[in-house]
Amino acid sequence: MKLVFERSVPGRNTAYLPKLDVPEITLNAELREKKLNLPELPEVEVDRHYTELSKQTRGVNGGIYPLGSCTMKYNPAVNEKTAALPGFTDVHPLQPVETVQGALEVFRETERLLTKITGMDAFSLQPAAGAHGEFTGLLLIKAYHLSRGDQARTKIIVPDSAHGTNPASAAMAGFEVVNIASDDHGYVDLDALRAAVGPDTAGLMLTNPNTVGLFDPHILEITGIVHEAGGLCYYDGANLNAVMGIARPGDMGFDVMHINLHKTFSTPHGGGGPGSGPCGCKAFLADFLPGLRVKEADGTGLVEGKAASTIGNMRSFAGNFSVIVKALTYIYVLGKEGIPATAKNAVLNANYMMEQLKDLYPMAFEGPCMHEFVMTLEKMKEETHVSALDIAKALLDYGIHPPTMYFPLIVHEALMVEPTETESKETLDEAVQVLRQIYADALAAPEAMHEKPLTTPVRRLDEVGAARNPVVRYRFAD
Amino acid sequence: MSIPKDLLYTETHEWVKLEGKEAYVGITEYAANELGDLVYVNLAEEGAAVVKGEAFTDVESVKAVSDVMSPISGMIAEVNEELADAPEKINEAPYEAWFIKVNNITDAEGLMDAAAYEAYLETL
Repeated sequence: MKLVFERSVPGRNTAYLPKLDVPEITLNAELREKKLNLPELPEVEVDRHYTELSKQTRGVNGGIYPLGSCTMKYNPAVNEKTAALPGFTDVHPLQPVETVQGALEVFRETERLLTKITGMDAFSLQPAAGAHGEFTGLLLIKAYHLSRGDQARTKIIVPDSAHGTNPASAAMAGFEVVNIASDDHGYVDLDALRAAVGPDTAGLMLTNPNTVGLFDPHILEITGIVHEAGGLCYYDGANLNAVMGIARPGDMGFDVMHINLHKTFSTPHGGGGPGSGPCGCKAFLADFLPGLRVKEADGTGLVEGKAASTIGNMRSFAGNFSVIVKALTYIYVLGKEGIPATAKNAVLNANYMMEQLKDLYPMAFEGPCMHEFVMTLEKMKEETHVSALDIAKALLDYGIHPPTMYFPLIVHEALMVEPTETESKETLDEAVQVLRQIYADALAAPEAMHEKPLTTPVRRLDEVGAARNPVVRYRFAD
Repeated sequence: MSIPKDLLYTETHEWVKLEGKEAYVGITEYAANELGDLVYVNLAEEGAAVVKGEAFTDVESVKAVSDVMSPISGMIAEVNEELADAPEKINEAPYEAWFIKVNNITDAEGLMDAAAYEAYLETL
C-alpha cells in the first residue's frame, strides 16, 4: 500500500484559511531553511489511509493472539472510557495538589490493590515498562545492600530459562550475571543454586510460573537458599496472570517484583501501548522507591512526597498515568472474586488447548501446565524439515497470530502458546482444529510449508536484512 | 556437516586451531546452524585475557543473543574486525571466520578432537 506521503497531492488541504488581514512578514531564514514535508490530503483520504493500515495488521480485536509469555488478553472498552474522563485527561502533573486529588487517589488506590494482590507492602507506579520495572527493582536491591555497607554483593543469579530482559536489566544496573541451569522439568536446579550463592550474591531473579509454563514446586526452598546466603529475591511478574488472586509472590518469599499492567491488567500492549511496569517491594525496601509517593495529610487530603532514601526518578513525573487508570478500572471491574477467577480461566484455557493438541504436537514438559504451554517441533524438523517457524507462519493464513517462537531457549524448535482467559471454548476449539490441520498439511506436503503464509499483505520478511540494515525512517526524494 | 580434522572442539561448540604458540578461535558449523543467521558480533578487545570456559564475546542472531566461550586460556593477540561488518561470514564459512587469535596460552587442555566432537554431536 502507499504511504501517506505518497498519497499526498500539493495544495489538497483539509483546512482553508481566511484571507490574511494583517501584514505578511518573512521569518528569519535561520529559523526555517526549507518547507516541511507534510502530507497534503483531505480528511477522507487520511481516514482511508489509517483504516487500510489497520487492516494490514493483526491484533487481538481480529482474533486469538496466543503469543506465549505476552498475555495478549482483550483490552475491555470500559478501561478506555474511564481513562478518557476529563478529570483524568485535562490535568497536568505540575498542577497544585488540591486540584488533582482524584488523580492522586488513583495512585494510592492502585498501589493499595496491587499490594493486596501480590503480598508486597509498597509499589512505585513510575516504571513505564516491564524491563523498566526490573531495572528499578534491581536498583532497590543495590541500594539496600549498599545502605548496609555491604559492597561485596555484585552478582545476580538468573536461571537459563529466564526472559532475556532479566540478565539485560541486571547488567544495566551494574551487576554481574550468573546463569544457572534448569533441571529436566524446567525448574530451578537446587544444587546449582546452592553452588551459585555466596557472600557476593546480591539476589536472584525468577519468573514463577516459569517460562515453560510450570509453577516451581520448590519455590519456598529457592527463596530460602537465597535469603540464607544474604541475597534478595526478585519476582518477574511476566506470568502473574496464572496466579493472581491465588498465590502471592510476597508469600513465596520474594522481596521485590514488577507487574506488567499491559499484560496481566489488560491495558494495551505491543504497538498499542505504552506499557506500565509498577515495581513493588516489601516494607524494608520501601524507603528506596523512586518517584512520586502519595501520602495522606491531616485534614487536607492527599499530598505528593518522596521516599526517605529514594533512588531518584525512573522517568518524568508519576508514570504512564492513563494506563494506570485503565488497570485500576480492570481491577475494580473484576473485584475480589473476578481476579482469581481470571487466573483460573487462563490456566484452564491453556490446559484445554494442550490436552487437545498433545497427541500430535509433542509437549516440551509433561503434566498440567499453568497459563501457557510449550510445544517442541524438534522431531518434525528432523523428519520433514518443517520448523516451528514454518508452522507459526502457516497460522497467519488462518487469521491466527502465531505463538511465541524459539523461546524459552532451553527448548528446541519451541512454540509457546498462551491463549489467555478472554478466549471462548469455541475460539479455542477453532484454533486447535487449525493447528491440527496444519500438522497434517506439514506431513503431507512439507516443502509447501516453507512458502507460508500465502494470503497476508506481506509474506516472509527479511529478518536478517532488517536487523543488519534497518531502515527506520522515510527518506524524501529531494 | 563438516568437522575439520585439524581443529579441536568444545562442548559449547567452539573450535580452536593451534598453530605453534598461537591459536585461532571460532564457532562450529553446528553452532552457526543452531543460532541461525547472525546479525551482529560483539568484537572482543585486543590485549584482554581469555579464560577457558568463560565468555569472551557474544553474537546475536535473528533468534537470540548468545555468549561465545573461550576454549583456552591466554591473551587476545588479534581480533577479526572483519566480522563486525560481515557477521554473515560466520554462517557462510564458520571455520574460516575466526573471532580471535590468542597467544600467551596457559591452558589448552581438555579439548575434543574431530572424532570426539562428532560423537558428542550424536548425543545431542
